[in-house]
Amino acid sequence: MTLRLVLVGAVLVLAMLPALNRLPADSALHVSDFIVSVTGKWITYAILALAIDLAWGYAGILSLGHGAFFALGGYAIGMHLMRLIGPRGVYGHPVLPDFMVFLGYQELPWYWLGFDHFPFAILMAVVVPGLLAGVVGYLAFRSRITGVYLSIITQALTYALMLAFFRNDMGFGGNNGFTDFKELLGMPLNTPTARSALFYASLLLLLGALWLCSWVARSKLGRVLVAIRDAESRVRFLGYDVTQHKLFVFVLSAMIAGLAGALYVPQVGIINPGEFSPGNSIEAVIWVAVGGRGTLVGALLGAFSVNALKTWLTTVAPDLWLFALGGLFVAVTLFLPRGLIGLFSKAQK
Amino acid sequence: MTPTSPTLTRRAALGGLGAALAMPALRPAFGQGAPIKVGVLHSLSGTMAISETALRDTVLMMVDWVNAKGGVMGRKVEAVVVDPASNWPLFAEKARELLQVHKVDVTFGCWTSVSRKSVLPVFEELNGMLFYPVQYEGEEESKNIFYTGAAPNQQAIPAVEYLMSKDGGEAKRIALLGTDYVYPRTTNRILRGFLKSKGIGDADIMEEYTPFGHSDWQGIVARVKRFASEGKKTAIVSTINGDANVPFYRELGNQGIKAEDIPCVAFSVGEEELAGIDTKPLVGHLAAWNYFMSIKGAPNEEFLKLWQGYIKNPKRVTNDPMEATYTGFRMWTQAVEKAKSTKVDDVRAAMIGQKLMAPCGYEEEMLPNHHLSKPVLIGEVQADGQFNIVWKTPNAVKAENWSPFIPENANRRR
Amino acid sequence: MKNLSLALGLLLWLALPARAQDAFTAALPGLAGGFGDIAASVEQLGALGDPRGLPVLRALQAGQLQKTADGRLLLPGNTDAATGQPADGAGAEAVRLNNRVRQALRGALGRLQLVSPDAAERGAAAEAIFRSRSAEDVPILQAAIAREPDAGVKARMVLALAAAQLVAPNEEAKRDAIARLGAAGTVEARALLIEARAANPSLVTAIDVSIASIERSLSIRRAAETLFQGLSLGSVLLLAALGLAVTFGVMGVINMAHGEFVMLGAYATFVVQEACRGIPWLAPWSLPLSVPAAFLVAAAAGAVLERGLIRHLYGRPLETLLMTFGVGMILQQGVRTIFGAQNREVTSPAWMQGTLMLPGGIAVTQNRLWIIVFGIAVLLLVIAAIRFTRFGLEMRAVVQNRRIAATMGIRTGRVDALTFAFGSGIAGMAGVALSQIDNVSPNLGTGYIIDSFMVVVFGGVGSLAGTLVGALTLGVVNKVLEPYAGAVLAKVFVLVAIMLFIQRRPRGLFALKGRAAES
Repeated sequence: MTLRLVLVGAVLVLAMLPALNRLPADSALHVSDFIVSVTGKWITYAILALAIDLAWGYAGILSLGHGAFFALGGYAIGMHLMRLIGPRGVYGHPVLPDFMVFLGYQELPWYWLGFDHFPFAILMAVVVPGLLAGVVGYLAFRSRITGVYLSIITQALTYALMLAFFRNDMGFGGNNGFTDFKELLGMPLNTPTARSALFYASLLLLLGALWLCSWVARSKLGRVLVAIRDAESRVRFLGYDVTQHKLFVFVLSAMIAGLAGALYVPQVGIINPGEFSPGNSIEAVIWVAVGGRGTLVGALLGAFSVNALKTWLTTVAPDLWLFALGGLFVAVTLFLPRGLIGLFSKAQK
Repeated sequence: MTPTSPTLTRRAALGGLGAALAMPALRPAFGQGAPIKVGVLHSLSGTMAISETALRDTVLMMVDWVNAKGGVMGRKVEAVVVDPASNWPLFAEKARELLQVHKVDVTFGCWTSVSRKSVLPVFEELNGMLFYPVQYEGEEESKNIFYTGAAPNQQAIPAVEYLMSKDGGEAKRIALLGTDYVYPRTTNRILRGFLKSKGIGDADIMEEYTPFGHSDWQGIVARVKRFASEGKKTAIVSTINGDANVPFYRELGNQGIKAEDIPCVAFSVGEEELAGIDTKPLVGHLAAWNYFMSIKGAPNEEFLKLWQGYIKNPKRVTNDPMEATYTGFRMWTQAVEKAKSTKVDDVRAAMIGQKLMAPCGYEEEMLPNHHLSKPVLIGEVQADGQFNIVWKTPNAVKAENWSPFIPENANRRR
Repeated sequence: MKNLSLALGLLLWLALPARAQDAFTAALPGLAGGFGDIAASVEQLGALGDPRGLPVLRALQAGQLQKTADGRLLLPGNTDAATGQPADGAGAEAVRLNNRVRQALRGALGRLQLVSPDAAERGAAAEAIFRSRSAEDVPILQAAIAREPDAGVKARMVLALAAAQLVAPNEEAKRDAIARLGAAGTVEARALLIEARAANPSLVTAIDVSIASIERSLSIRRAAETLFQGLSLGSVLLLAALGLAVTFGVMGVINMAHGEFVMLGAYATFVVQEACRGIPWLAPWSLPLSVPAAFLVAAAAGAVLERGLIRHLYGRPLETLLMTFGVGMILQQGVRTIFGAQNREVTSPAWMQGTLMLPGGIAVTQNRLWIIVFGIAVLLLVIAAIRFTRFGLEMRAVVQNRRIAATMGIRTGRVDALTFAFGSGIAGMAGVALSQIDNVSPNLGTGYIIDSFMVVVFGGVGSLAGTLVGALTLGVVNKVLEPYAGAVLAKVFVLVAIMLFIQRRPRGLFALKGRAAES
């Protein structure tokens, strides 16, 4: 009960941030643009953490490649944002983004078609990660690849995608990726209005994802998933189709991650292949571990606390923050197997 | 990390203890006014730490230097160091933090083009000022950025001209090797245009790209060897980035590619990179920069003394981006003094036309296009890891950030 | 004119010392001028054939020729190059070289050294003339071939003669030369022939025949070299993965800090090298010495990690994975704090530098060859340790059935620690090899971790033979694909192929039978 109150309180505080940002700068309650934009970013991270927790905490699928789904969602919206730049690019080409003009493209590659429409881009931000997760998941779960093997394969997946996206010949801007976005849905991006709008959109998605995930977790499906996590063979012998259950939750999780990425990119203003790096995916898993897996709320707590700590430490201790963060990961896995949330529930008892 | 340059933020981290004790005794007295804040936005961890930590140290050294002289306009200068950790979105976040939370007056930072592209919208939105100290591909001009490294015409083109000259070995075939990102792609595109204008056709150009940190160069070096055996004098133009250079040069040495046969000129290999390689098999290979540590003359001696004294290591090397940081910092102090203000708009106006006798031994000037005029120097690798300058331009060359060899620049929006 | 003075110089310098001396001293001052002047006088000195030119050119090549402010030239030990008398070396600075001068030097030294008493030097001279070749070299080489006792050197001279004849006017000699170059079958010979093709329209057919024959032998050689490159990449992967095959394959511990242990090994190599630097007789042995040092350092770190942290997480491989990721971060930053973020220089000993010519003209680089040898040696060591030592026996017992092993009196905790330390130590040894081909930087290990896992999973967890076959297969496939797909796509293809392969055979190439592989 207390936990729920804390959660509601936290959401309310979050919801107030953009409003407080509009207060005059000398007001005691004023919140800087920086805080708003960085919190907006953390919210999208929290959604990613939620997606990971759904797959890992409930179905026992530890994907070390969820950053790939996040990045693919980001690329989908990034392509839309690039199309919206239109003739405002450096070279003034009406259709082609600057990097394509530059690399000598004569026309838009076929896979860029349609991205000038926002609904299509959002659809792709969900469908592409979902499809990829579907294919990889189907092949893996059908062959009963579980545990660390699955982790290693998904890690290789995101690594391969990173290498591929780094290639300039892929038509996704290579190492630089997409930057210098101008507008989204008619709003110029570098304004407080756009920031607040994206912030609220992220917050809504967070709440929606939280509701969806906890609904899944509480449903019969969720209970089967937990059973699969704890004793896969037994569930199989009981006659459940384990592959389908796992596939469903894996695809759902990838889709949520894709949407999170789609909201992340307009807020940070850049998407590039670095987002596919295996380290990013592992870090995201660690947020969940730090917060406490299998609780959903723990994932949110972990994402916010680790990222806040990282933002703070990279400024106050630029030479030492890796020690602190690394130490935290070690300490949490050793001493807090249930994560930070475990502290709360212990206190409740 | 020295006790003489504590930052506000560090002080917070240290509980204000060391700084509070050390400050009054060591500092010259400063006049009225709050300290001037200088943001330092260089990666201290991750893949780029290898190159960027030296630039962080250079900025901190300059902060010490200017404070020892009594500050700027009599005000103390303070550095705010953050670690963007070689993570491009984090660069944007940290840029916003520096500008909005720490309210820095100027920022020195970035190495890779993608990090610059990532922070550029932030600096433009918040009207900040960034000094970018690394040679890059051009095709950019922001009123909020001063580019103190070379544009392609100040590095790549003169170097290739040299390779084609009698002294450089009259190369008729060029292998363009690079890491697959925007700087090599652009530079090679410009070079292709330039080579075409010199009568070298596509059949005599080989272009190959590798991923970041590529470590297995066997196949590519063997292919270059084959490419060079087509009966024309061949040279390599390398835009290979950072980490990949050590394995590349090792392979070059081991496959016996001598500078007399196939000289290799590099645009991203300086003294710092060579510090990690045994250079004896590489003597004679070339690098084109706007500064080499081996330059003679008072300005460079002063710079070297300052650096090696600051870092407390008489063997630490300097390199081109460090010199560009140094030059940028000194020009900035001059501009602030001239503008009698730290406001970005005032300083920006005062920056244009600033001149400095730079460590490279030439007077450099900040041009209206926010780039510097710089000399072009070509150095040969020596057995001791230094460069022997074999060619230089008579004067500083004006930067052309929009290359005439890129046809699209004709319809560029101005 | 040049031709004449050369012939005179070579044949008559003993009879006409005064004339040669004049020309010699006349050629010297150019060495104090600009690069163009230096190159010109080097060429003159080479053409003169005066033996006094040799020390001057050698000093120039070594960067030891000094010039004074008034334009005199000094040899090492402050002797005047023109007079041979001791001279005042105050204020003198070294004459600098550029590639144009180096090219001229190589040709000039080649001519002068053709009469050297040392066969190796004569061979090198022939090689140099082959590269610098000019029509004037023909008579010199013919004279040298006539008196050459060593067959190997003679063959090189004949080839150099062919190269020179190709640029001389004699049409008949050219046909001979073309045939001989064609028979030589080297890349260099091909380059000369292609160059000559444009200049000699009447000989095009003969040249094309020769080029075609070279192409044939080259294509076989290229295939062999690609195979070697693949094996070399494979041996690097093998080294990086072997440690993992022990810690992950045998113990089931996912150690994400594995790459950092490799990095520790590379830094141990650096430290040993620095320690040996001051001791001249020890310095050449620093690399072999660093193998045990790297093993010990990484093994100690591994033992600490296992006893301190990992043993609390047995049976929870996913948590171990996350924890060791944190450990990796700490190790990386720790090394960065101690050694700095810059690359550290680990030099290669002389026997690991350069190229080795195998029979059939297959060129292999020495360092890669040694790494293949080292990889095989380490593999044998691991197999021996597991098969034939008591520790290996206990290790196998614990893996097969921990409880029964414990009841038999085996201290399982100690065996765990030793096994993990052993695997980590092997990673450290891989670091020694990697220090020879890659950056010694804090990021060294991160580039290898995913590849290592892929090798182990592909080969079959728990099978050393699988790791070997897996690593070599990946290396060769990668290198075969590379010329067609480019380095990046080749790697992507390989990764995707492994992922698909594992779907078909989840246990990898060499699936271990029995209970050990059950997770």
